[in-house]
Amino acid sequence: MNWLDTIVQGVLLGGLYALFAAGLSLVFGIMRLVNLAHGDLIVLAAFVILALVTTLGVSPFVGALMAAPLMFAAGWALQYFLLNRTLGKDILPPLLVTFGLSIVIQNGLLEGFSADSRRVSAGSLESASIALGPVNAGIMPLMTFLSAVAVIVCLNQLIYRTAVGRAFRATSDDPVTAGLMGIRPQRIFALATGLAMVVVTIAALYLGTRANFEPTSGPARLIYAFEAIIIGGLGSLWGTLAGGVILGIAQTVGAAINPEWQILTGHLAFLLVLLFKPRGLFPRAVD
Amino acid sequence: MALIETKGLTAFYRDFQALFGVDIAVDAGETIAIIGANGAGKTTLMRSISGVLANEPGAILHNNEPIGALPAPDVLARGIAMVPEGRKLFPSLTVEENLLVGGYGRKAQGQWTLESLYALFPVLKERRQSPATALSGGQQQMVAIGRALMSNPSVLLCDEISLGLAPAVVRTIYAAFPRIRASGASIVIVEQDIGQALKVSDRIYCMMEGRITLSGHSSELGHEEIHKAYFGAERHELA
Repeated sequence: MNWLDTIVQGVLLGGLYALFAAGLSLVFGIMRLVNLAHGDLIVLAAFVILALVTTLGVSPFVGALMAAPLMFAAGWALQYFLLNRTLGKDILPPLLVTFGLSIVIQNGLLEGFSADSRRVSAGSLESASIALGPVNAGIMPLMTFLSAVAVIVCLNQLIYRTAVGRAFRATSDDPVTAGLMGIRPQRIFALATGLAMVVVTIAALYLGTRANFEPTSGPARLIYAFEAIIIGGLGSLWGTLAGGVILGIAQTVGAAINPEWQILTGHLAFLLVLLFKPRGLFPRAVD
Repeated sequence: MALIETKGLTAFYRDFQALFGVDIAVDAGETIAIIGANGAGKTTLMRSISGVLANEPGAILHNNEPIGALPAPDVLARGIAMVPEGRKLFPSLTVEENLLVGGYGRKAQGQWTLESLYALFPVLKERRQSPATALSGGQQQMVAIGRALMSNPSVLLCDEISLGLAPAVVRTIYAAFPRIRASGASIVIVEQDIGQALKVSDRIYCMMEGRITLSGHSSELGHEEIHKAYFGAERHELA
């Protein structure tokens, strides 16, 4: 086994998991909403990209660019008209409603696209690679990782450097007092979910071009996203990237030892972090 | 015509009635104080005017238009800002960010900007990058007042701004009020300290058990009269 190569592949895989997790982390951070349909929304976005690519003949990247505003609008409406009604002191209603949404999306996709396993073709990019010193890295995994870093940089800039970001944090702290500042929490929540769906579209681009997916692929993606967030610590987007990377490395190392162990070692790494650092590796100071 | 008026305002928390037909009026440029013991309904009155609590539309008027049922952002958009009881600063935001967020919903031209607020409360400029909740109580109160002023309101509602603060700190904060008045804003302060309330205001309203028990010009009301309205007649005899 080439250790260096295994670790680099793990880090790059971690970028994919961080992309799965970033949208979930954003929504949870702002409105304490755990969206159990997050994985299914990623798969839905992958099918939207697939549909655009097959009907219009555009490249997957153009397809994702076209899908992003559609997903933003869908996320905005989903939050404004449905999920906002479930938010309150009780955490159960949003869990039940998003669990139901997960089932609705899976069955809707089964009706529309059948149970077949699909893939979005990225052409020659799929097999292209570049030498990073002694290690060969695939172009697609590398782009995935760089996209994850770019998404997290952009989200952090938005959250910590703009008026909308201040409104996000103020609403997260205290929605009633935020209202006194002229902030409308319902719209802030809708905007956050819309943004999360743009991140979901980026995640879906790489999900769809790197591996097969089918209508029922969502829940497994949700588990990886959760694990990345918990390992990194709630409320920290860089922590989420670190969590994704740890998960990715654990999986590739496990797979290098025995291909059957890939999933198992990822979950074991998650359990170890929970055991020794229950709040994650980089928890937010104020909570 | 009054700038803000309440007409027979009632308010409930579920089955509990907190206000029983409150009538107050605030004119442009005027400072009024609302005094009363704990549980008299002062904070409920502030929460009603600011839109945190919804009421009958016609129970609260602004420029003779009904605003009783408007949510807080719409009330703020009309130029009515509130310094809430307990300050309610945003812990995830720095001092400066707390001030900036105060101007989020209403970007009105006026004298209040970051610079003029730092001139009003110089200590806040030194602490501008600190988390708001790392400040002392008095400094936090300055942030809360500054945050409300950032929208350049025509009416500033201040709920219990001296609560839990040392007398010297309270004096420092009230020392800023003449300059806030000079901006032309009407000010409504809720205060438990009768002396402080009389000093800072043109008129006062005294509340007891959800009703106005006394109102008048601050300079003309006798101590005896206020005491009776504040505590009620029976308790006054015991005192």
